[in-house]
Amino acid sequence: MTRSKITIDGNEAAARVAYRVSEVIAIYPITPSSPMGEWSDQWSSEVKPNIWGTVPNVMEMQSEGGAAGALHGALQAGSLGTTFTASQGLLLMIPNMFKIAGELTSTVLHVTARTVAAHALSIFGDHSDVMATRSTGFALLASNSVQEVMDFALISHAATLASRLPFLHFFDGFRTSHEVGKVEDMTDDDLRAMIDSSLVEAHRKRALSPDHPVLRGTAQNPDVYFQARETANSYYTDCPGIVQGIMDKLATVIGRQYHLFDYEGAPDAERVIVIMGSGAEAAHETVQYLNAHGEKVGVLKVHLYRPFSIEHFLAALPKTVKSLAVLDRTKESGSTGDPLYIDVITALSEGMTTGKSPFASFPKVIGGRYGLSSKEFTPAMVKAVFDELLKPKPLNHFVVGIVDDVTHTSLEVDPTFSTEDPKTVRAVFYGLGSDGTVGANKNSIKIIGEDTDNYAQGYFVYDSKKSGSVTISHLRFGPKPIHSTYLISKANFVACHQFSFLERLDVLKVAEPGATFLLNSPYGVEEVWGMMPRTTQREIIEKKLRVFVIDAVKVAKEAGMGGRINTVMQTCFFAISGVLPREEAIAAIKHAIEKTYGRRGEAVVKKNFAAVDASLDHLHEVKIPAEVTSTFDLRPAVPAQAPAFVRDVLARIIEGDGDSLPVSAMPIDGTFPTATAQWEKRNIALEIPVWDETLCIQCGKCVMVCPHAVIRGKVYDPALLEKAPATFKSTAARWKEFKEFKYTLQVAPEDCTACALCVEICPVKSKSEAKHKAINMADQIPLREAESKNWDFFLEIPEADRRTLSMGQVKDVQLLQPLFEFSGACAGCGETPYIKLMTQLFGDRALIGNATGCSSIYGGNLPTTPYAVNREGRGPTWSNSLFEDNAEFALGMRLAVDQQTQYAKELLHRLSATIGDELVQGLLNADQSHEAGILEQRERVKALKARLTGRTELGARDLTNVAEALVKKSVWAFGGDGWAYDIGYGGLDHVLASGRNINVLVLDTEVYSNTGGQMSKATPRGAVAKFAAGGKPRAKKDLGMMAVAYGSVYVAQVAMGAGDMQTLKAFNEADAYDGPSLIIAYSHCIAHGYDLVHGCDQQKAAVQSGYWPLYRYNPDLLKLGKNPFQLDSRPPSLPLEKYIYNETRYTMLTHSDPEAAKHLLKLAEEDVHNRWRDYQNLAAMPMNGGAKETK
Amino acid sequence: MIDLTTKYLGLTLKNPLVVSASPLSADVGHIRRMEDSGASAVVLPSLFEEQIQVESNTLDHFLWQGTESFAESLTYIPNMEGYRLGPDGYLEHLRNSKKAVKIPIIGSLNGTSTSGWVEYAKKIEEAGADALELNIYFIPTDTEMTGAHVEQMYVDLVAQVKASIHIPVAVKIGAYFSSLPNTAKRLDQAGANALVLFNRFYQPDFDLENLEVVPNLILSTPHELLLRLNWVAVLFGKVKADLAVTGGVHSGLDVLKSMMAGASVAMMTSALLKNGVGHLAVVLAELQKWMEDHEYESIHQMQGSMSQRSVADPSAFQRANYVKVLSSYALNEGAV
Repeated sequence: MTRSKITIDGNEAAARVAYRVSEVIAIYPITPSSPMGEWSDQWSSEVKPNIWGTVPNVMEMQSEGGAAGALHGALQAGSLGTTFTASQGLLLMIPNMFKIAGELTSTVLHVTARTVAAHALSIFGDHSDVMATRSTGFALLASNSVQEVMDFALISHAATLASRLPFLHFFDGFRTSHEVGKVEDMTDDDLRAMIDSSLVEAHRKRALSPDHPVLRGTAQNPDVYFQARETANSYYTDCPGIVQGIMDKLATVIGRQYHLFDYEGAPDAERVIVIMGSGAEAAHETVQYLNAHGEKVGVLKVHLYRPFSIEHFLAALPKTVKSLAVLDRTKESGSTGDPLYIDVITALSEGMTTGKSPFASFPKVIGGRYGLSSKEFTPAMVKAVFDELLKPKPLNHFVVGIVDDVTHTSLEVDPTFSTEDPKTVRAVFYGLGSDGTVGANKNSIKIIGEDTDNYAQGYFVYDSKKSGSVTISHLRFGPKPIHSTYLISKANFVACHQFSFLERLDVLKVAEPGATFLLNSPYGVEEVWGMMPRTTQREIIEKKLRVFVIDAVKVAKEAGMGGRINTVMQTCFFAISGVLPREEAIAAIKHAIEKTYGRRGEAVVKKNFAAVDASLDHLHEVKIPAEVTSTFDLRPAVPAQAPAFVRDVLARIIEGDGDSLPVSAMPIDGTFPTATAQWEKRNIALEIPVWDETLCIQCGKCVMVCPHAVIRGKVYDPALLEKAPATFKSTAARWKEFKEFKYTLQVAPEDCTACALCVEICPVKSKSEAKHKAINMADQIPLREAESKNWDFFLEIPEADRRTLSMGQVKDVQLLQPLFEFSGACAGCGETPYIKLMTQLFGDRALIGNATGCSSIYGGNLPTTPYAVNREGRGPTWSNSLFEDNAEFALGMRLAVDQQTQYAKELLHRLSATIGDELVQGLLNADQSHEAGILEQRERVKALKARLTGRTELGARDLTNVAEALVKKSVWAFGGDGWAYDIGYGGLDHVLASGRNINVLVLDTEVYSNTGGQMSKATPRGAVAKFAAGGKPRAKKDLGMMAVAYGSVYVAQVAMGAGDMQTLKAFNEADAYDGPSLIIAYSHCIAHGYDLVHGCDQQKAAVQSGYWPLYRYNPDLLKLGKNPFQLDSRPPSLPLEKYIYNETRYTMLTHSDPEAAKHLLKLAEEDVHNRWRDYQNLAAMPMNGGAKETK
Repeated sequence: MIDLTTKYLGLTLKNPLVVSASPLSADVGHIRRMEDSGASAVVLPSLFEEQIQVESNTLDHFLWQGTESFAESLTYIPNMEGYRLGPDGYLEHLRNSKKAVKIPIIGSLNGTSTSGWVEYAKKIEEAGADALELNIYFIPTDTEMTGAHVEQMYVDLVAQVKASIHIPVAVKIGAYFSSLPNTAKRLDQAGANALVLFNRFYQPDFDLENLEVVPNLILSTPHELLLRLNWVAVLFGKVKADLAVTGGVHSGLDVLKSMMAGASVAMMTSALLKNGVGHLAVVLAELQKWMEDHEYESIHQMQGSMSQRSVADPSAFQRANYVKVLSSYALNEGAV
């Protein structure tokens, strides 16, 4: 039987098995496990069968809790089921896991082990989620590499049927789930050989069926529950033997032998590390290296963690062991040790007590923690652990991989220690997300893995920003198996795909002496040296690097590839690295291009071929001078005037040096200062907007739509211009209130992302050249220096007096300071303009609860935070609880604020004699419905605090503490449609029904954007999304009308690009409404598949087609006897297809399944028609017997 | 019994009424109705090479946009195993249309590259088209490009396509040539089996409110027929290729005029878009009735009867005609 060698990542490895041996697959997206569900959905929509010849039923649920429930039901009804999850998602499955295990039901959960959010969320890998399920009764099986993921996935599915215990098969999030490696694939026959059909039959026979009815899931009482709980004991004691039997069977079928505990190392080792997960591979590599250098060490890789077999554990260890270090990739605060450590201690202790221990005396055991949140775990750290075991008094409960300068638990690590094999090629590539570097490298690894005898590994490090994001690809390949589950720190090939990185990043830090450096450079072979910073030049000389340059941008452009230089750089990599003979390499690249792009049409293949063919003629080696000649160096990460915390901590993270920050540098409880994004000058825009003051009508539309708050307007006293930089522009302000003032529209050149939404929305065109507007894009580099000075000067100009502005006018709102700026959101993001608007209007008194998702990532992902403060130091305060609970979380904030306000009012009454009645009455009866009223209240609070200073009466101190609560607060819940329509809907519904004054902003992108565009119940009919690869068959849920049904909720549906005034009204009314408010905001998104520069045009089209009617439902109008429902947009005037077929999410269905597209378009048109009719009827409904109030 | 048959592209058609390339013939149901209403042949909508390229590149671009940039969202749109891109959908439609009706189906192609023309022409032939119409639609904007160069491009293209396929080839061109007869002759010599006069240039309009250039599609009107009649009448008998009139044919009388000018067939679309596919039957009835009333026996009898070489005053198709019109206009004006 021939099995092909394939190069895939861990997620695909698991999914390839799980899909083929399952009948029902319940899915829900969560990083890093989402791809397993995506593969399953895609294969299902492509009608790929499982090993029984039927296509599994793949169902997306509304949450992981829902997925677990659906899985539980499917299992009870007799199907073979599986699901995929991680982290918080796994935690949501725990209640069902207890049930499934308690009912001895066969199933497998495939888990990409990921950090559970504590002081902060982290999407990266550790075992804190898996460890939280230890008590559920699931068997826990760990795999450590991509090949093992495939093998253990099958072992799990076979073992769960044989043992009747449900299995949780886990592997490390990202490190294994996203590592691309060369593995041997399994055939359907392999799977059939391992899945015992009689056990499948037995599973089906246990199903609930009205044909042989039983009842399962009783409620039991103290008399029998306990006994019943003990009935399954033998299944747990038998399980290890069963699993080993299955592992043995796997060895006979496919030739790879595994054990519950796999030992690697000297048979007479004295020091052994016990570990599970990907870290075991790094330990494996280190053990081999150390033993080859005369040491006697070993590593015990734990595979079956639950049920923990003491017998197998003890038998797996050499009798010579004198000391053990048990490494946990989790933290259990307050325990006597982390979980694996405690298990090992218990196992050894029981072994000693029962006389089954192979050791004469109790070995020395220390426990340590490593690798939380995918922290690097390297051979140097493994060696540090072995070295610690040599000490007479080794440190117990240590940490390795960080510097703990607070409780001093960390081990010293020698950073120069390396076990890298000289025969293994180690290549590091720095690229931009948008240049296709990672995609090309994944292709390269596939070529090397599948077209040569080499072993191959690829791992990819991504940015925390969604715009201008830097990617770093780590590729290894060579003749020996690769166990290096850590990043490359000694590369013999470095490629920098963007020349501008040289001034931001020390890309050659990883280069080892004699390495090759490939640089994409706009400068030719003669001039490039002079354009490099000193650090780069020095490293090239000192490390004796060979340097090659190519103008990949030029080659790519000429080939019709635009900015995608991936193919060009890939060709150069193969040519220089010599991994394959040139002709063979080019043939392989072209074959890969055909495979990857062939289905997208011949034009795409042709242009890629053209890029390949043109590449090598433009590749040149640079003659390296003997001395450093450059006069400039890497730019500092933040300016010198940044606050100390930004300079000392955040700047290090920006520089990519966060790993070296000690424990003491970090806040103890996850609290960070806001207003720090302003210091991170990313300079990612190649072009920036340039203002033409002679044309501008000062409408403020550009300011309103700017997603990153980089274009701002101010009116000011002309006298201020005396100190203005020479190129600072201004013109007469076009306000009647500011007749004598000047106006400036200024761009932040180093923070702009070049999305050009501002240019697109600008309504003014030159009368003599139609393409010239009042704002136009121009190259950033020539403008950067001058505009930076202008920006700094602009910031110094005082903000407008909020009392003088009309909060209902877009023109005036542009003058309000945004308190959300320079986020890491995508260029052209459709969500952030709404958030920015909220902060302009209410930011100085806003509390925000943010559901996990895009908005929590660009809002709160380190290193810097975009929420900002005004001159008084006030600004939004923000927190993220979970994905599912955000409405409740924000409601909690409201309750607290209300309680404090109430208490403050009570104290005012109690202390009125001390404070003075006039002030008390002023504070109690303040009209805070407008800016002036709020300002006056702030003054009163200030006066109150002054009067309370030094007072000792009961309550005076408390009143001082809660006095700020007397100023009106605006409490907001932000989140996407995944939260509001799906996982958080139950909570949202409750909050909307609560009657409390809370504002909910749903940033509706119609998919789970942050996890890569999975379908939500907001996804429109006919759109393709992940988990709806065949086009969503059902209509979008009408969340707004569901809220309207309460009659007591303010509801607005808005689309800023289509109606900025209506949006503004909605925000103001929502804040003013003393009850729950819901704003559903159309948010164009990169997941829609079009150039976001047209985001606002698409919003207009959505409204004109009737797909997205604008409306407001204001219960306050009811009190006035008016119809509360106001339809703000006009009847549909654009055919739906003119709107939807501008977006790939719709058009791709016309290519993949034209008939379905046609059918769904027709239904979607009916949706539009019916909804408009209903809304129109609602808007026309007569109130109080008359129709005249309606619009 | 009046003989309505005509020969076009080597095919014997039951009458001279052919449906020209338009979105109407993108639907097999419509094609069935066209046959039922009396059409003698149908030209399918043009397969636009540029459109195929744009679709491929657009799909590729947006499947790629934003990918591999952020750890949680390495892609945004599912990448399906297959897409019906390129000519596949078109060719399937051609095959289905052939199966659905008995009348000839003529493929239509609008290319941008030499290799594209030839490649897609072959595919259309393989899919079973009875003939192929090349819709050549080149708009020069380069001031260095000469008319001779453009004409040579046309001629080379026709020769290449003819050399690569065996089915008859019609060439649909515009009217804007310095010497249309010479161009027609050269295309004729290059192997064109028919010349289809004329395609209608997409001429965008201006949106004065938004200062934008906007797409503009105006249906043909009967007065556009006159230009076609003029040139068909001039070319009749001077080229071997069949001649077809397209643009401005709205009624039976228009068909008659086309025939008399020398066309083998008269093609229509705008009138069908306006009045429905059933309008074909109305036109046909009008045609027949006129012929009956005027005692014509066959279409063949009238073909070319009013061509330049057949009319009493051949100069009516030359500059004198222009002068005469102007002078008559002046007279009329004077009379007012």
